[in-house]
Amino acid sequence: MTNMPEKTRRDFLKECAIGALAAGAAPLAFARDVNPTSANQPKSKVVIARDAALFGSGANPEAARVEKLLDRAMQAYADSSDPVAPWKKLFKPNEVVGLKVNTIAGPGLSTHVVLVEAICERLQQAGIKPANIVVWDRTNGELDRAGYTLSSDPNRVRFVGTDSQDIGYDGTLLSYGVVKTRLSNVLARTCDAMINVPILKHHSGAGVTLALKNMYGVNNNPDKLHANNCCPAIADINMLPPIRNKFRLIVADAMTGCFEGGPMFKPQYAWRYNGILVATDPVAIDQTAWDIIERKRAERGLKTLQQAGTPPKYIAVAANSEHRLGTDDPSRIALQEV
Amino acid sequence: MSPEVRTFSPDQLSEYIDGDAEKYLKAGVKSTSTADYKLNNQIQVVVDVYTMSSPAAAKTIFDSEPAMDAQTPTLGDAARLYTQSLIFRKGPYLVRMVAYQEAPQLPLALLDLGHAFESKFSR
Repeated sequence: MTNMPEKTRRDFLKECAIGALAAGAAPLAFARDVNPTSANQPKSKVVIARDAALFGSGANPEAARVEKLLDRAMQAYADSSDPVAPWKKLFKPNEVVGLKVNTIAGPGLSTHVVLVEAICERLQQAGIKPANIVVWDRTNGELDRAGYTLSSDPNRVRFVGTDSQDIGYDGTLLSYGVVKTRLSNVLARTCDAMINVPILKHHSGAGVTLALKNMYGVNNNPDKLHANNCCPAIADINMLPPIRNKFRLIVADAMTGCFEGGPMFKPQYAWRYNGILVATDPVAIDQTAWDIIERKRAERGLKTLQQAGTPPKYIAVAANSEHRLGTDDPSRIALQEV
Repeated sequence: MSPEVRTFSPDQLSEYIDGDAEKYLKAGVKSTSTADYKLNNQIQVVVDVYTMSSPAAAKTIFDSEPAMDAQTPTLGDAARLYTQSLIFRKGPYLVRMVAYQEAPQLPLALLDLGHAFESKFSR
């Protein structure tokens, strides 16, 4: 792996997959390149790492514990004893890497800054220059309200909204199924690779929002994509080539989640799950999130999402033979709790 | 200093509350205003005022949310108070107040703020 920068991405991913398969684990290569529903393919791995003391006695998760939790999740995912090695496998030093966070719900229920800082730290240790890391979401206002310090300084990690004057949306209209949209230039032009850093939430329309639904923050017209429980629009938008090709990893913030009333923050429906979920298969991780939310709803005496009329039916559509974005079959998901 | 008020028309509402907008649109929302307050100069509280098309429309939204372990103070036509939030309706208005941290006197402070808003609606 010492001459990685000279290799093509295809070669790189192939090498990762072979290495992981040899170790008896699911490949670190982006799972959308495979069909995990097929019996002869490895299962899609989803890691759940939790720390009951994550928040200590305070209102916010403790940075040092979050960093350790992230390492535990990533090392379990990659079956590695080195906290930096998984990042080196996924990203090359000359690449521009974006972190798509989720900040629409404000400070109570957005991707935590401490998690993003921990990811940025590991990326830099893996050789990515600070100037080549972009933390982003739809708007500067949402990032700011969620606690991020905006910066477009080209020499540092950038924190920018697509609505920044010098970013905006790409002029090319992309379409798949019911989706016709333009993508953020951060995704379309600036970045070579992406990390999806969503948050575990109920969604009053889609039922559940985690990895796949977070893509409603990368385009110019998410308001047009909420009909019919956002289905098949969520699956369709994830078929767009820049999304399929650039998103390589999901690090889901499940430190605080919400089991009802989402996607906005309503404290009475939020709870501390104290976790981080890691996967490369967005369907498998969303299926896992659905299970987590259903368990919490049952514990609090609420109807299932099916009974409430908002089953996350987009998950099965994302897994179907037309989309093949991953697997929703529990028997094809290798769930590892650490 | 007066807080900055942001107002969203029905066709802009999803910019503010994403997919949650659907149920408000279906029930009949006319406009939404939101502003940040600081209670006791410490605790950030977001106040959303949804102006619905009728009292029945406000009731539709209010009733759609599980009460869970709410207190039900005397405020407006109906209210639910939690440790970090308050929701009440008064005529066509639906008001939601959300604090981003807990504090011992917070529910009482939210209730006071709720009464202040209620009195404005009654004028």
